[in-house]
Amino acid sequence: MDAQQALADLTEISSQVEAAVVFDDKGKVVGSTLLSGDALAQSVADLLAAADAVRTGDSPLTQLEIATGDGSVFVVRDGKLTIAATTGPEPTVGLVFYDLKSALRSAKPKPRPRAKPAAAKKPAAPKKAPASRARKKPDAS
Amino acid sequence: MRRSAAAIVGVATGMLIGAAFVRRQSANAERADLYFEDGSMLSLSNGSPGADRLIPLARQIIGQARVST
Repeated sequence: MDAQQALADLTEISSQVEAAVVFDDKGKVVGSTLLSGDALAQSVADLLAAADAVRTGDSPLTQLEIATGDGSVFVVRDGKLTIAATTGPEPTVGLVFYDLKSALRSAKPKPRPRAKPAAAKKPAAPKKAPASRARKKPDAS
Repeated sequence: MRRSAAAIVGVATGMLIGAAFVRRQSANAERADLYFEDGSMLSLSNGSPGADRLIPLARQIIGQARVST
């Protein structure tokens, strides 16, 4: 499934999500519910940079929720992809995070299956020796 | 007897109103919750140094998203 389809499913499933965007680690938008997805992705990248500056430990930031009086912003990072969404005020936080993670998982490109190594030709099975004729029992007579 | 019953009802009503008020206040509070890979979480309430930068950016994003839709 591509990112655009994953976002379409997300907005259909989650009535709380107002807008969402998926972008990669270079800031390239791979899916958006908005026409101006690039601008939103840039703002979210700025937000992530500010959040990274706040962290105290070495562990990387994986997700965040910022609640304001107007609504909330959710961001989930997984590998090279990041999904961000906005909601109205007082969303169900756990549910929104769950839906975003599911959408991000769906948006991830599936790894190509490895080409199977050419099957080694089996040596031709030796021809079966013709079944030996059953020996006829000598007549009892 | 009546007095004690009225007192109990009064206290219970007060507790309910107080709980609702606290709940409403906390729900409306602006905050930033950051979750890290090691499972730790940092919650910044409005007015703390980190939140001062994050909350205006979040407001900007929400506004941007609403204008575009």
